[in-house]
Amino acid sequence: MQREGSAFQGLGVVVLKELSDHFGSMRMRILEWLVVLTALAAVYGAITQVRDVTAEDPFLFLRLFTTAREPLPSFVAFLSFLVPLMAIGLGFDAVNGEHNRRTLSRILSQPIYRDALLFGKFIAALVTLSVSLIALWLLVIGLGLIMLGVPPGGEEMARAFLFLLVTIAYAGVWLALAMLASVLFRSAATAALVTLGLWLFLTVIWPALAPAVTEAFVSPENQATFLMTGQMLARLSPSTLFGECVLALLDPTTRTLGPVYLSQLQGAVMGTPLPLWDSVMVAWPQIVGLIAASIILFVGGYVAFQRQEVRA
Amino acid sequence: MSEARETVIEAKGLTKRYDTATAVDSVNFSVAAGEIFGLLGPNGAGKTTTILMLLGLSDISAGTARVFGHDPMREPLAVKRRVGYLPDLVGFYDQLSAADNLHYTARLMGMSLGERKRRIPEALARVGLADVAGKKVGAFSRGMRQRLGLAEIVMKDARVAILDEPTNGLDPQASLELLDLIRALKAQGVSILLSSHLLDRVQTVCDRVALFNAGKIALMGTVEELGRQVLGGGYTVEVEASGGNGVRERLAALPGVRSVEQPAPGRWRLTCDRDLRAEAAAEAVAAGARLNQLSLDQPSLETIYTRYFQKAQAEVRHAA
Repeated sequence: MQREGSAFQGLGVVVLKELSDHFGSMRMRILEWLVVLTALAAVYGAITQVRDVTAEDPFLFLRLFTTAREPLPSFVAFLSFLVPLMAIGLGFDAVNGEHNRRTLSRILSQPIYRDALLFGKFIAALVTLSVSLIALWLLVIGLGLIMLGVPPGGEEMARAFLFLLVTIAYAGVWLALAMLASVLFRSAATAALVTLGLWLFLTVIWPALAPAVTEAFVSPENQATFLMTGQMLARLSPSTLFGECVLALLDPTTRTLGPVYLSQLQGAVMGTPLPLWDSVMVAWPQIVGLIAASIILFVGGYVAFQRQEVRA
Repeated sequence: MSEARETVIEAKGLTKRYDTATAVDSVNFSVAAGEIFGLLGPNGAGKTTTILMLLGLSDISAGTARVFGHDPMREPLAVKRRVGYLPDLVGFYDQLSAADNLHYTARLMGMSLGERKRRIPEALARVGLADVAGKKVGAFSRGMRQRLGLAEIVMKDARVAILDEPTNGLDPQASLELLDLIRALKAQGVSILLSSHLLDRVQTVCDRVALFNAGKIALMGTVEELGRQVLGGGYTVEVEASGGNGVRERLAALPGVRSVEQPAPGRWRLTCDRDLRAEAAAEAVAAGARLNQLSLDQPSLETIYTRYFQKAQAEVRHAA
C-alpha cells in the first residue's frame, strides 16, 4: 500500500537547518582552513614550477592543478586526500548525533518522513562541500591569473569546471559512506574511526595491495588479463577512480586509462591533445562509477535508517 | 461529564515482536477525548514501545492502532500532525536558542512565519520559559528541557499529547511544576497519554491508568476501581488521639468497621466499608480522648501494584 503524503515534505527545512549548522560549526571552519592552506601551498609550488619549466604548453593553466614541486604534492593530489577528510568530517555523526542528543524521536514525531531527514542531511552536507570547493577552485584560478599572467582559454576553463564537478562527485562518495556509518554505528566515535579506517585502506593500502591480489589469481604470463584484472581491482577504490578522471580531464593528451593495444594507435599522432568531448568519454566510466558509488552507499544508509528503531 | 466522549486513541490486540522476544503482547486500551490516561509499570514493560507504535515510529507486528481514526502505519503524517510527543529525556539542539529550536520544529510542521511569531512566544510563556527564549538550550536544566518539550506540544496545538516518562530525572519541585502544566493542558481540552514508572507521582494526575507488566496490561481503570479490585475495596481511616479509655474497643464496635490495628501508641488504623471519619472522630471524643489527627488513606497505586503482583505470584505458586 502506498504511504500518504510526499516523502520530501520538510526536506527544504531540514536542508536549511543543516546548512546553517554546518556553516556555523567550528569543525567546518577548521576543515576549511586546512584545505585552503594546504591547497594554496600546492598551487604556489605549482606556479613556481610551471614558470621554470613549461613555457609553451597550450594547456598551461591546467598545469596549475597537476604540477607538483618537491616536497609538496600537486593540488589534485592534495584534494584527493583532503576531500574525503572533509566529507567524513561532515557526515560521520549525521544520524547517530541526533540519536545521542535525543532529538531524533522528537524530530521524527513531526509530520515528516525519515526520508526527508536523511536526504536533507546529505544534500546540506554536499552543498556545504560544494560551496567550499567552488570557493577553493575560484581562489586557485584567481591566483593563477595573477601569478602566471596568462588568461586561460575556453577549453581550459571547461576542463577545469568538469574537474570541479568530478571532485564534488568524489566528495559525495565519502559523504555517503560516512552517513552510512553514522546510521550503522550508534557511537559517533566508532563511525568516524570506521570511515577513516576505510578511507586509509582504500586510498593508501588498496592501490598497493591490488597488484598482489591480482598475482594470486592471474598468472603474470597472460599480460593483458593480468593488467586488466589489476586495474579493475584498483578501481574498487574511489580514489583510483578520481585519479583517473582527473588524469583524463586535466591532461588532454591522455588517450586511454587502460592498456593500449597497438591496433588502437594506428593513425594516432602521439602527444597531441584530445578534444574536450573525447577526454570526457575517456573518463566517462570512472565518472559514472563515482556517482553510482555514492548512490549505492546512500541507498544502503537509507534502507538501514528506515528499519532502525528510533528509541534511544 | 455528560457529553458522550469521543475516542481519540484506540489499540486493539496491539503486539510488537522482536526476533527473540515479545515486547508488547496483545494490548487493548482506548483513550477518550479530554482524559489523562496513564500507562504505568516498571522499565522495560513495553510502555515506550506501545507509544512508538501509536506514533508510527515503530512497526506494528499484529493488531491495530487508531489515532483519530487514522492508522499510524499507513497514514503516519495524519497522525503526527495531530499528536504532540514528548520523548523520554527529550533532547534539543544545544547550540540553538529555545525559540530557534521551536522555530525548526514549527517549520517542519509547515507553519508560516506569521503563525510561528505568534505561537512560539505564547507557548514559551505558557510553560514559563518566556524570559529564557533567546538563551541557548545547552545551558538548560533537565526540568527546563521537559518544559520546552511541552511548549512544543502547546505550539503545535495538538489535540492529543503523548508524554513518555515526563517526570523522569526531575527533582520533586520541577516534577510538581510539570504535573501542574500537564493538568493545565488537560484543562484546555487536550487528551493526554502518559507513561511513567513513578506510580505515586503520576497517580495524582491520571483519570484512568493501565498497569503494564511484561508487555501486557495487568490492570486497567480508575485508581479507585483498581483499589477495590485488588485490595478488596474498603477505606482506611487513621485516627490519632491521646488519652481516653477503651478507644480501640469503641472504634471496633462502629458499624462498618472490619478491623482495627494499632501501629503505634495513640494511633489506630481502621479498615471500613465506607468513609467513617466523622463517626470515628465522634467515638474517640466520646471515649474522652483528645483527637490529634484524622485522615482517610487513598489507596495508593504503589500498594495496588505491589499487592497485585504478590497475589499473581502466589497464584502461580499455588498452581505449580
